Amino acid sequence: MLAKRIIPCLDIRDGKVVKGVNFLGVKDVGDPVSLAEEYNKQGADELVFYDITASYEGRSLFLDLVNEVSKKIFIPLTVGGGISSVEKIRDSLRAGADKVSLNSPAIKNPDLIKEASEIFGRQCIVLGVDAKRDENGTFKVFMNGGRVDTGMELIDWVKKAESLGAGEICLNSMDADGTRNGFDIEMTDAVCNAVNIPVIASGGAGKIDDFSEVFEKTSATAALAASLFHFGILTINDIKKSLSEKDILVRK
Amino acid sequence: MIAIVDYGAGNIKSLKNALDYLEIENILTNDKNEIKNADRVILPGVGAFPSAMEKLNQTGLTEVIKEEAKIKPFLGICLGMQMIFDESYEFQKCNGLGMISGAVDLISDKKVIIPHMGWNQLVLNHESKLLDGIKDPFVYFVHSYQAFCKNDENLIAYCNYGDAKIPAVVSDGKYVFGTQFHPEKSGEVGLKMLKNFGEMK
Repeated sequence: MLAKRIIPCLDIRDGKVVKGVNFLGVKDVGDPVSLAEEYNKQGADELVFYDITASYEGRSLFLDLVNEVSKKIFIPLTVGGGISSVEKIRDSLRAGADKVSLNSPAIKNPDLIKEASEIFGRQCIVLGVDAKRDENGTFKVFMNGGRVDTGMELIDWVKKAESLGAGEICLNSMDADGTRNGFDIEMTDAVCNAVNIPVIASGGAGKIDDFSEVFEKTSATAALAASLFHFGILTINDIKKSLSEKDILVRK
Repeated sequence: MIAIVDYGAGNIKSLKNALDYLEIENILTNDKNEIKNADRVILPGVGAFPSAMEKLNQTGLTEVIKEEAKIKPFLGICLGMQMIFDESYEFQKCNGLGMISGAVDLISDKKVIIPHMGWNQLVLNHESKLLDGIKDPFVYFVHSYQAFCKNDENLIAYCNYGDAKIPAVVSDGKYVFGTQFHPEKSGEVGLKMLKNFGEMK
């Protein structure tokens, strides 16, 4: 049967790994290639490289970095951040990425999802979503790194993206992100129930049991974390061992 | 020398990277003579069956691939594996390369999440040189359609997804092999399979 995936995310700025706390006020540590190799050794099931500034300042992706990693590591690589056109998707795939994550550009131009999935196949189009609750508890979509409220409801947006051709959804709960209090079970469950494509839970992982919780309480097929791995609080090995003990299938 | 058939479908860069990493000589090509001169052929593929077959037919590669696969090791990957079957029902009925008996259609369990994306474990059905030295591996799949083998002897390994039994490694018992998963994205075990393929006589 299909194993649950553990995915480390490397936020990149100026060729280095960055991790923001609730997105703003970033600290700067780490060489991406050696960190990617380390994660691969630990048993990462995929790697995500996110150009943290691209979406906001229009920076181009660090394709050289992706290229370098794709020559050394043979697991799926996803690239995100500022990918706003078919050409940029093509450039990312040519650099060695297997999937691209579209966030703000897909909100501004939903047809990009349709066009890209028709050209490259829906398997390589991931919809990245940042969402948080409004005062009424409704899940709302934010863009530009969580700075801009789109006014859109999360559930409407993920359904629309699925119908346009998104092959996977990476859901980041801004309410949970940076808290280390666990994944946003309620929000993840709502998205899993709304679509029939794989959902990656993201934001809030702080301890080992957070991973079993999200897999036991939702139908998310993967869980993503950044700082937890980046600062060595947990290794991917630790998490997989604990999931195995709880009879949750992981790749050994 | 492995000829990787380059007919404009999907991400073949990662396949080339994996072969380069293994120091197996390879070339991306759509040239008939280069394919004929190579000692093995890989047919990669991501995307939709009808448009991929159309590209092979338009470029005249269909016949070359069929002929070469009779005399030298041939590996179809993902859509490249699906294309070696007789026909597919993705969007419309479309003829394949007809190198292994069977058809391609939607994943048989209609309740599972589509695409089938991620690491699934192989269940071995028959022995094969391609899987030498590999035991119960997890490999990386991304697909929405599956093959249905007519003959059990062609089914080397499969995986379970919901109630669906998905052919994962197929072979004609001679030179033709296919993997539904991506060996070039399946970590160490995937590299081992590509190495096995690169050493086949």
